[in-house]
Amino acid sequence: MSAALALADDALVLSHRLGEWAGHAPVLEEEVALANIALDLLGQARSLYSLVGDEDELAYLREERAFRNVQLVEQPNGDFAHTFARQLYFSAYQLPLYRALAATDSDLAPLAAKAAKEVEYHLDHARTWTLRLGDGTEESHARMQRACTALWKFTGELFQPVEGLEADPAALEAEWLVDIREVLERATLTLPDGPRLGGWAAGAGRQGLHTEPFGRMLAEMQHLHRSHPGATW
Amino acid sequence: MVTGARPAPSPTPSPTEPGAGETALERELRRLAGAVPDPELPVVSLAELGVLRDVRVEYAGDGHRAVRVELTPTYTGCPAIETMATDIEQVLHTHGERDVSVVTVLSPPWSTDDISAEGRRKLDESGIAPPRPRGADGTVALSLAIRCPHCGSTATELLSRFSSTACKALRRCTACGEPFDHFKEL
Repeated sequence: MSAALALADDALVLSHRLGEWAGHAPVLEEEVALANIALDLLGQARSLYSLVGDEDELAYLREERAFRNVQLVEQPNGDFAHTFARQLYFSAYQLPLYRALAATDSDLAPLAAKAAKEVEYHLDHARTWTLRLGDGTEESHARMQRACTALWKFTGELFQPVEGLEADPAALEAEWLVDIREVLERATLTLPDGPRLGGWAAGAGRQGLHTEPFGRMLAEMQHLHRSHPGATW
Repeated sequence: MVTGARPAPSPTPSPTEPGAGETALERELRRLAGAVPDPELPVVSLAELGVLRDVRVEYAGDGHRAVRVELTPTYTGCPAIETMATDIEQVLHTHGERDVSVVTVLSPPWSTDDISAEGRRKLDESGIAPPRPRGADGTVALSLAIRCPHCGSTATELLSRFSSTACKALRRCTACGEPFDHFKEL
């Protein structure tokens, strides 16, 4: 598996999930914000796919088992708290990863350097919502805590070694934990203490094993392209 | 991106600073390409936005002339880049260049500091607060207030980090009450 493919699949799948909010976000500003983050991720995915092969074939014509994204990004949107817990966990991983890659001379470096600046805004946005919901009303606090806890088991997979990826997973994980601990504490939330890896945790997306909702997401994402091969407008 | 436009046979990365060792023809083509308006913000040109990286003319052995243009996107997902490329091709075709290819380069990453002073002035004039300069470490000094492009007040507040396009944030002026776009620092 190529490292570019794994990172491209992460970006594409999360982009699609965020795009599902279009027309459903609680306020117009958030509608626009989620679409903007989705667009950034889509741009990153396209750039990464171009290092691997044909972007349309890779995005639209692969089966579920061929996707190498982590399971975190394929998790359904859930409520707004769920969407932002997922975004917080992912952006806090993606930012130090891209920064590390930007400092290498790998073929991922140019994209990583550029995308890191975009992800700064994603992480900032996710942090803000985590604080607002966590330190908000009783209801918002409960929902944010529930979301952070529910997605916790998907976070260990982020730091599994990926072949060809020039970044130290242990260093990334240490930075991620410091970051997440600090945000959750400020948001009056409790850092979940369940397992993040092993038998009771999730995580084999990089090996092509995905959770049940992913197949349905792919079916919707790929349906148009598969029904009308080569269609243009 | 346009039928008939093929990349140059053996494109070589320009070894020098853009503009260095430029021929008169290249300078002219660069001026034409740079004058193309941004499709989303037509008040500024591509040169003012700082996304036009290089224009090179390459000759094949049989005298065939190919123009190679390098563009860099503001954001990786910016959908305007394809329109920019098509617009540049069209302008250079009209100028008589038959073989034009536009390629996208990512490195070094575009920064809002690449927007020229004239570009900033035009953004401000059209109601979009220009980006603040970034420091050497990429940070923006907090003391630099964002000024309302309508009334000039510095009493403005953030409504949303993301606005009508990826490169802008939405703010409101607390003095005149008008919402406005701010070209956010990148």
